[in-house]
Amino acid sequence: MAKRIDVSDLDIYYGNFKAVEGVNLSIEPRSITALIGPSGCGKSTFLRALNRMHEVIPGARVEGKVVIEGQDLYGSDVDPVDVRRQIGMVFQRPNPFPTMSIYDNVAAGLRLNAKKTSKSDMDDLVERSLKGANLWNEVKDRLNRPGSGLSGGQQQRLCIARAIAIQPEVLLMDEPCSALDPISTLAVEDLMMELKEQFTIVIVTHNMQQAARVSETTGFFNLNGVGQPGRLIEYNPTEKIFSNPDEKATEDYISGRFG
Amino acid sequence: MSTSTQQSSAGPATSAPSQGALGGHEKQAPWVPWAVFGAAAAVALAISLLTGWNIVLFVIYTVVLGTLGTYLLSRVTEGSRKATDRLITCLVVSAFGIAMVPLVSLVYEVVRRGAERFDAEFFTASLQGVIGPGGGAYHAIMGTLIITALTTLISVPIGLMTAIYLVEYGTGRLKRSITFFIDVMTGIPSIVAGLFAYALFVLIFGPGIRLGIMGAVALSVLMIPVVVRSAEEVLKLVPNELREAAYALGVPKWRTILKVVIPTAIAGLATGVTLAIARVIGETAPLLITVGITNATNFNPFDGRMATLPVYAYYQLTQPGVPPQEGIDRAWTAALVLIILVMGLNVVARLISRLFAPKTSR
Repeated sequence: MAKRIDVSDLDIYYGNFKAVEGVNLSIEPRSITALIGPSGCGKSTFLRALNRMHEVIPGARVEGKVVIEGQDLYGSDVDPVDVRRQIGMVFQRPNPFPTMSIYDNVAAGLRLNAKKTSKSDMDDLVERSLKGANLWNEVKDRLNRPGSGLSGGQQQRLCIARAIAIQPEVLLMDEPCSALDPISTLAVEDLMMELKEQFTIVIVTHNMQQAARVSETTGFFNLNGVGQPGRLIEYNPTEKIFSNPDEKATEDYISGRFG
Repeated sequence: MSTSTQQSSAGPATSAPSQGALGGHEKQAPWVPWAVFGAAAAVALAISLLTGWNIVLFVIYTVVLGTLGTYLLSRVTEGSRKATDRLITCLVVSAFGIAMVPLVSLVYEVVRRGAERFDAEFFTASLQGVIGPGGGAYHAIMGTLIITALTTLISVPIGLMTAIYLVEYGTGRLKRSITFFIDVMTGIPSIVAGLFAYALFVLIFGPGIRLGIMGAVALSVLMIPVVVRSAEEVLKLVPNELREAAYALGVPKWRTILKVVIPTAIAGLATGVTLAIARVIGETAPLLITVGITNATNFNPFDGRMATLPVYAYYQLTQPGVPPQEGIDRAWTAALVLIILVMGLNVVARLISRLFAPKTSR
């Protein structure tokens, strides 16, 4: 299920503005990869380029290659909708569908794609996904209540359940804990540790302790100045990044001497 | 206004002499402004009696004198900042009162004069063969309902789809020009819309043609831009995050719009459509040209003239027959029924927005 991602010479543009330049990296299957770096350096842009979500913004485009298990995501015959079915995403702010119940939110991935699923299969899937997101015990008695009635942390786990319900190969998380309290953050981190048994996870975070806690590999993005494109400065095992980084800029950022 | 006052009084401390450490003037008791206005009313009464009684002048004197009195008294006892506050309060309340005058007097007058013929016969009988007393507006009520329903049927799909195009798909010059022409259409005088529909059907069927569907076409010209504008605003309010959440699940764009964006916005869309209907249901001029008037009941909008409430009211008032009072009464009742219809639609709009609103705990 989990797949390997190879990125080579990836440039990402918004119109004429080059947001990210020359990224080369390989993401191992069944691992957690953290992306850190200052705001505006292109971490989220890069993450969104991995499942062609950045194309939603008018004028955005990429040059270079993103290959998942031999399949080029940006090949001319690849449908971005198919790509997104394989590569799920969790956003910074919890965004459950306000018109749907908790159950329907989890089922949304299949329902919205008009996949015919029997009621019992759907029940199973919802239960499995909610259990996978550590939310089942909290909501099993109120599956028909609106998803937006949950607390922020529960909503975020609901969004994770929704994302894993479509059985993606890869899960992208864009600062999934930045709106959560420490306890919910811990719950999400525990969840990520469990999920990496099945999925390849890429997480963008501003929380360096979080990157150090959960990830095997860390990428550090930086930019030289305002208006310059962001670049991948260093990509190494997490232990090495946080103890003995190759680059001076990484060490400065991690130790707080940045900028 | 109050900002500038604030700045001037917050200037050098010397500009506010004889104030205590907390800068406090005595605060007026809450009854003082009322007392001032009472005194103003008394003075106004005296002036009115001296110059000849006139209710309008009396009210104007009272408001002007009361406002002046409140301001001056407050300025002496409370300081300039508080006085300005009271002055503006008086002005705002007066403006509100002025705005309410036409509304209240209109509703009062229409209800008073329309109640005369607000009976069962009015809702069950047409004007066929009626000379003098009796008769009703059954044919006109049905005509208005049929033509408005047809208008809605034409305008809502076109309007909604245009709005979806503008919000979800449109880019660049085409979007800008559509928006511009929608704005222009919003400003089209209703008589022009009527002439357009009439000219269109004359080209096809020859001069002198009168059909219910012509009225629906004319009203659609007026209704489409209203639907587009309101739907566009509502669709823009749907958070982009929801669209992204759906895209990230691998949902195609058209299904995202159908299953996520529209359900989220459905309350606003339904409210907008209902208010757009209320906007066109009382249009007179285009119907006068395109649909005409008849005394008999005609349910078929594709065959001949139909009666509609606004046109009915117009003809009953301008050609009331002999004796005129019967026709004039019917005109007032028709106006009352129209107002009730519009009010009903507004109530429906509110109910819809409450019923369909996404159930959130926030």
